[in-house]
This record gives sequence, structure tokens and C-alpha cells, in this order.
Amino acid sequence: MGVVGERLQPSLFERSRPGRGGGKIPHPPAGALDRLPAGARREQPPALPELNEPEVVRHYVNLSQLNYAVDTGFYPLGSCTMKFNPKLNEWAARLPGFATLHPLAPDEVAQGTLELLWELEGALAEIGGMRAVSLQPAAGAQGELTGILMIRAYHRDRGDTDRTDVLVPDSSHGTNPATATMAGFRTVTVPSARDGGVDVDAFRAALGPRTAAVMITNPSTLGLFEKRIGELLEAVHEAGALAYMDGANLNAILGRFKPGEAGFDVMHFNVHKTFSTPHGGGGPGAGPVGVGERLVPYLPEPRVLREPDGSFRLERAGERATSIGRLRSYAGNTGVLVRAYAYIRAHGASGLREVSDDAVLAANYLKHRLRDTYEMPYDRPCKHEFVASAATIKRRTGVRTLDIAKRLIDHGFHPPTIYFPLIVEEGMLIEPTETESLETLDAFAEALIEIAAEAERDPALVREAPHAAPVRRLDEATAARQPNLRWRPMAGDTMPCPD
Amino acid sequence: MPYGPHTAEDRTRMLQALGIDSVDRLFDDIPEELRASELRLPPPESELELSARLAALAGRNRTDLATFLGAGVFRHWSPPVVDQILLRGEWYTAYTPYQPEISQGTLQSVYEYQSLLAELTALPVVSASHYDGAAATAEAALMTCRQTRRARVLVSAAVHPHYRATLRTYFGGRLEVDELPMLADGDETGTVDLTALERLLADPDRPVAGVVAAQPNFLGLIEPMQRIGDLTHAAGALFVAVVEPVSLAVLAPPGAYGADIAAGEGQPLGIPAQYGGPYLGILASTDALVRQIPGRLVGLTTDLEGRRAYVMTLRAREQDIRRDRAASNICTNQALLALAASVWLAAIGPHGLRDVAAWGAQRAGELEAALAAVGAPRLHRAPYLNEFAVRVPDARAVHRRLLERGVLAGLPLADVLPDQPSLAEALLVCATELTTADEIARFAAALGAELAAVDQADERVPVSASAG
Repeated sequence: MGVVGERLQPSLFERSRPGRGGGKIPHPPAGALDRLPAGARREQPPALPELNEPEVVRHYVNLSQLNYAVDTGFYPLGSCTMKFNPKLNEWAARLPGFATLHPLAPDEVAQGTLELLWELEGALAEIGGMRAVSLQPAAGAQGELTGILMIRAYHRDRGDTDRTDVLVPDSSHGTNPATATMAGFRTVTVPSARDGGVDVDAFRAALGPRTAAVMITNPSTLGLFEKRIGELLEAVHEAGALAYMDGANLNAILGRFKPGEAGFDVMHFNVHKTFSTPHGGGGPGAGPVGVGERLVPYLPEPRVLREPDGSFRLERAGERATSIGRLRSYAGNTGVLVRAYAYIRAHGASGLREVSDDAVLAANYLKHRLRDTYEMPYDRPCKHEFVASAATIKRRTGVRTLDIAKRLIDHGFHPPTIYFPLIVEEGMLIEPTETESLETLDAFAEALIEIAAEAERDPALVREAPHAAPVRRLDEATAARQPNLRWRPMAGDTMPCPD
Repeated sequence: MPYGPHTAEDRTRMLQALGIDSVDRLFDDIPEELRASELRLPPPESELELSARLAALAGRNRTDLATFLGAGVFRHWSPPVVDQILLRGEWYTAYTPYQPEISQGTLQSVYEYQSLLAELTALPVVSASHYDGAAATAEAALMTCRQTRRARVLVSAAVHPHYRATLRTYFGGRLEVDELPMLADGDETGTVDLTALERLLADPDRPVAGVVAAQPNFLGLIEPMQRIGDLTHAAGALFVAVVEPVSLAVLAPPGAYGADIAAGEGQPLGIPAQYGGPYLGILASTDALVRQIPGRLVGLTTDLEGRRAYVMTLRAREQDIRRDRAASNICTNQALLALAASVWLAAIGPHGLRDVAAWGAQRAGELEAALAAVGAPRLHRAPYLNEFAVRVPDARAVHRRLLERGVLAGLPLADVLPDQPSLAEALLVCATELTTADEIARFAAALGAELAAVDQADERVPVSASAG
């Protein structure tokens, strides 16, 4: 089943040799486990790999070098805000006082962390124009679930139990409808207007006594500020529903637009986007949730409280009967929140506003540089990201957006988000962030322009890209048809060795 | 702005290209009446100032205590190689591996994580991570409902209280959660009441989708997992085992006793406590449930040239493809923590893992003897691995006073299980390979002194007043 490529690595299991490793933990006295009943014991020890430390280091260092990362290059991934991850924040999260603190330690042992969390709640509430914030959700999607569950509790408390629908625009993130389902609602998808904005009339038509909530991303996933958001929010509230704001695109509007002030009832923050905490190859993130007055009683537990004497404590289980309860164990992804706190303190109000100014300026500049080569379906100033389309290139040359994205890899860039939002033909969603230099932006624009020329000159070159990556395009169909999800030692024909 | 590259000249060049005089023009589409009020935050701080602030805050957390607190989060030795690998920017600053050609590092590491956890749990399908043990347990319970098309789950009262609370939130009144009680007397007190389980499973009008029990349970006790699983399966329900991964080096794995799903907290695999996260939600299942398991899965395949390569697969379960019909809304997960667990397991090896588990049992045994000798005997008789409850009168107050003596004496169980009267006067304590004989002696001496003080105080109080 294929050979290990030149730059690829054998698996941990292939590197294993019986008898390697050791020296980390002293051997305990014999008989330490004697009190365990025989029936509860493991009969066959787990077949974990045996490696010495130099082998472990080479394995993971060589593997790491197969990755693209913010620390190695530009990541113009729309809707993901791949900005620089400050190193001070990594240092801070590892300070022993933060890193070794047990989550059930008594409040008096945890005053430093509790103070930090309390301050961070306040800062996020201020940024979002919200009344209060919960830091508990572990990621944006969990923040969404938190928000929608609070909305459900709000309606129920009012005896308003017929509200079964959640409205989302067709440009929404997939997590929005998936969240609605998880919370027991039916998703109603509302088409976007021709200019890419929310279609207020279509929303009005869909709103009614069955609407529990509307979930809106603003700026939208097309990178456009929803100009008619005021009207829409009014209509939502007139219908007795509440408005959720997906905060994925907050990086565009820091200090310029506070969702709570505009009338949103609840929002989540993606600290791993807006506030620079690293993406970690797919997490961890954190998805704090901010709420307006109406939803404060329903916030998940525990909240961080400040006592009259200035000390801090975590709310106790059951202390607030109206809470929707817990979304996870303990306080939250505190280690991630320490990094977000450091980021916000480093910037202050003026710095955060500058973040958005530069992010939006860079996106508009890139869009301007590309407008003669790619179609811009929505021709108005964008916020922190924009959608370009390769529909014409595809018609002329057969080269698709997917091919262009893969060819960018050969030019040294991570591809943008492609085919999202779903409403743009051959779309690519490009988000430069504020931490990329003008030289990088120019180089990226030139690469995309050059690829468009390559598509005319030598379409096969683009269609077969990437050529310079550690591997070529993958056989994804076989991966899904015959899933191989774990290493299996060689055992005859039924379980072939992957090599 | 500390991390921005743009000079005034850069900004001018970009503005000129756009034909505008100020960046404000790019925000003209925000209607006047919706523009933000002034942002009021503390002023920016230089790295030098901020580093001092952060160090001062961290310094306000106490790190000087001899600690016996576990309750789902356990401190273990993490060889420095683990964090040094994690600090490589290629790992922690990468995105989700949607572009497999330039993400083979992350993808292979996830595949290896799946393989390592498949070995530990003896279950073939391992999801590439959930938020934590609580969220993984809730997702596991939801899986049982989807698979059986039934709407009721039984959860042992001896599962971590936060996991049970999370499960109730996730079920949100749409699906039923019933509590499976623990035995209140006899040798097996504190473990699942099998008679009650049989009774709860027998209700023909309310068929059970899944049964959730923990091994070791929240009180540290060993549960009869095989029997719980057998009864569960006899009723056509699925069995979810909530496991602690280090214990799987020495305790029978979920696959061996017929569990359909294993969920658990991966934090003990070398991840620091850091006041609640980021941790690692473990979720594993049988092959039969592969299309129900939420979260990312990485599979082995080949590239165009036949080279072995890894890719995210079975994506039709996921929110970005399936939207409102997805198995879960999970998107960002805990990938870096899955890497941390893998590096830790690779560094420590199978023998090291067994030694870690055995040291916990060894030190816990020493702790049990030392505490019993000063008048705090174990509360239960069922076997335990490295955590157990001891009987301490006025446990909360004693716990607080021990803090003043430099000992974090585990967890007063009344704090988290107030509905269990039998646990009102008990501390849950644990030991690991990091627990020293000296710390155990300090704890025992301090507790002995406190209990002696309580006894003396009791003697001064008339009998009638001390009742209740």
C-alpha cells in the first residue's frame, strides 16, 4: 500500500524496537498492584511503541517539517483569522502558577487566575458591547451551543414553548445549523440578497411565532458588513425571537461595531481567531459567550465572581437556579484564555482598533491587486476578508479554484478557504490579517496573478499541482471507502501492513 | 500595535492604491447609528510591563502546597521533551489539516494518536479529540441515542459530577437522563447498584439507549464493568465506559469488557492542570459505530504517485459538509493536546506507563495506611487504584485548616456531591508517581493534629449539643 516518500516518516510503531526507551520513571516496588482484583486487571499489556528519546525527537521534528504553519508562512484562510501567535503568550501560559493550578483548587489558592479571568470577562464584554461574559465554552461551536441553549431557556421561562425554528442565512458557517439541531431546533435557511447581504424581506417572511432565534455572522462570511443589520434586528425582536451573532469575523470590527449595542442578544468570541491564541493544528480554542441583559440569568455555570472584599471566587454548583448548567468540566480552557488576556492587555483599546483597521486595509488592498485577474462578485469595500471567484478562468481553461489553491502551495503559500461560502461559484475566501507585511501581500497577489497566467499557458501544470509538496494529491475516495483509521501490525492478508 | 508590520508609509501606499485618504472610508458601510461607543480598556502595555503583570498574577496562585487533589485531573511527570516538541511553531501555529499536501505532519500525528488510543482502549475507532472528558461523555451518550433510536440514557451517580452535569446540558430536556444509583451498603458500597440497573433497564415503555459508568469511578473505586456491560447489552442498549487513560495500562480496557464506546479525560497523559484546560476529550468506539462518532478522523491512503499519506476522512459526518444533519457541531477540537498525549506516550513508553499507574497504586496504598493511622480510615471497602475517600469529621473545615498547614487535602466530597449524605464527611484523596513519602508524612501529621484538635473540642461540648 504505497511506499514511504522521501520526506515522509515511518510511523511511531515502525520505529519501535522492544527494549528501547526507559529511564523516565523509576520502577515501583513489586506488588504495588496486588490489591487489584484479578478480574479488573488488564491481561494483555497495550502494544505501545518503544522508543528512546532521540528517536522520539527526530520523529516529531521531522514530522513537524511536513506542516505549513503561521510561523513558516502566509495563511490567507478566510473565516479563520490566521494571525501571528505572540511568543510572550506561550511563555505566560507556561508560568508554573498558571500551568500547575488544579481546577478544583480552593478559590483562595487560585486568586491570580481568577482575577485574570474576571478581568478578561470584563474586557470581552466591553469589546462586544455585552452585559456579561462566560468563559466556559471550549470552542466557537460550543459557544454557539451555549448561546442557543440560553435562548431556549429564555423562551421556556416565558412559557413561550412553540418556538421550534432557528433561522440562518445560506452563507452561514456549517456550525450554525449543526448547533441548532444539537439544541433541538429545526434549521430554516434564508437565501442571501443579490448584493451578498442578508435579505431582510426574506427574513421578515420567515420570521414568526415559531422563530426562536436568528444566527447571523457580521461581517458576513463574504467579508461584507451587513448594512441592514439594524432593520433585521428590529424585525427579529418584533417577532419575539432573539438574535445570535457568530463572532468568527470580529477581527474586522474591533472598536468600530459592538454587537450588543446594535441589539444582538448573544455572541461568541473565537479567541483563537481574534485574540491570537494559536490554532494548534485544529485546536485548542476557546469560545467565550457574551450576553445582553435578558440572557444573563441563563449563563452557564460556573461564573467568576468578585466578592465585596475584592477577592474572587467561582460560582458553586446550583448557586444560580436559572443557569443552563455546565457545557464541560471545570472553568474552561483557561490556558488558552491566559494567552487571550495577554493579547488584549498588550493592545489596549487603541491597539485593538488598529488591528481591525490594518486587517481591513490589507484585505481591501489585496482585493484591489487581484481585481483585474479574478472576479469580485461583490464590488464594494470588504471588511477583513473578501471572496474572489475563478469562474471565468474555469470556463476558459478548465482550471478550477481547487487547482489554483493547490498551485499556490508550489508558490509557497497556504491556499485560501475555497468553495465557502457555498453561494459563490468557484469561490475563494481570502483573509490576510493585520500581521502580514506589504511585501508578503504583494508576493501573494503576484503568485495568484501568475497562476491565472499559468492556467492559460499550461493548464495541466495547475490541474496537477502541487508538485513541490511532500505528497501529491491524495486518494480521498479510497480513504473513505476502506477506512484505515489505526495502525495494525502485519497479520496476513486481512490486515495488510500499510507499507 | 505590537505585532503589526505596517509602517506609516506602507499604510499610505495601500490607501493610495485604493484611492482613499483614510482607513475610516472602509468603515463607511457601518450605519452611523450602529457605530460603537468608545472602547474602554486599560492602555496598551509593552512586553516588559506585561510580562511583569503576568508573572505577578501567576504568583498569586499558590504553588507551595503538598497536593492530594485529583477528582478527574491528575498531575504526572511530563518529560521536558514533550513541551519542547509542542513549542515548535510548525505544530502549534498550524491550522486544521484541510490541505493534506502540506499538513502531513499533523495528519500523521493524529493517525498515530488514534492508533495509540486504540491500543489503550482496545477499541478500533478513535475520534481525533473532543473538548474534554465531560464533552466526550456527553457526545458518547448522544451516539447511543442516534444508533439505537431510543431517547433515554442511564448514568451512574459515580460518574464525575461535572460530566453528568454536562450530559444533562447537552441532552437539554430533549432526551432523558436517569441516574443509576450507587450501592449504599455492603462491601461494594460506592459502586453501581446492579439490581437497580436491571430494574431501570426493564421498563418496556422507556427503552434505554445507553448506560454510562466510569472505571475507576469518581470515588476511585473499581466497578464491575463486565457485569454492567452484560446487563446493558441484554436490554439492547449500548455501554459507554468513562475511563482514565493511565489506568488502562493496568486495568482491563473497555474493548475487553465489551464496551461499545469509551469516553474520558486525556489530561493525565502529560497535560498540565492549568485550571481546567485545554484538555483532551477521548472518544473511541467499535467499528459498528464509525459513522456515528463525531469529530475528526484521519485515515491512511496514498497520493497520486502511490506514496503513503494521511487525510481527514468520513467527512460526511461533519458540520461543514452535512450542516444541520451532522453528527455534532464540533469543529475546532483539541488537536495540539492529542499531539501532547502522543508525544508523552512515545516518550514514556509502555513500561513507563505501567510504572506510572503502579506508582499511583503504591503511593495511594501508603497514603491509605498513613491516614488510617491518624484516625481517617477509608470510607469504602471496594478496591481502588490510586484515589479513595477517607472519613473525616467536619471535612470542609478540616480541609480549609490543612491548607494553612501547606496541605491541599484532596476534595471535600460534599462540595461536589451534596446530594449524597453518606459522603458528607469525607475527603477524596489521590496519589501519583509525583507524590513523595515526605508529602504523605506531612499530610498525615497535619491531619492527625487537626483531628486531635477536633476531638478535644468535642469533649468540651455537651453531648446533646453535638448531636446532628
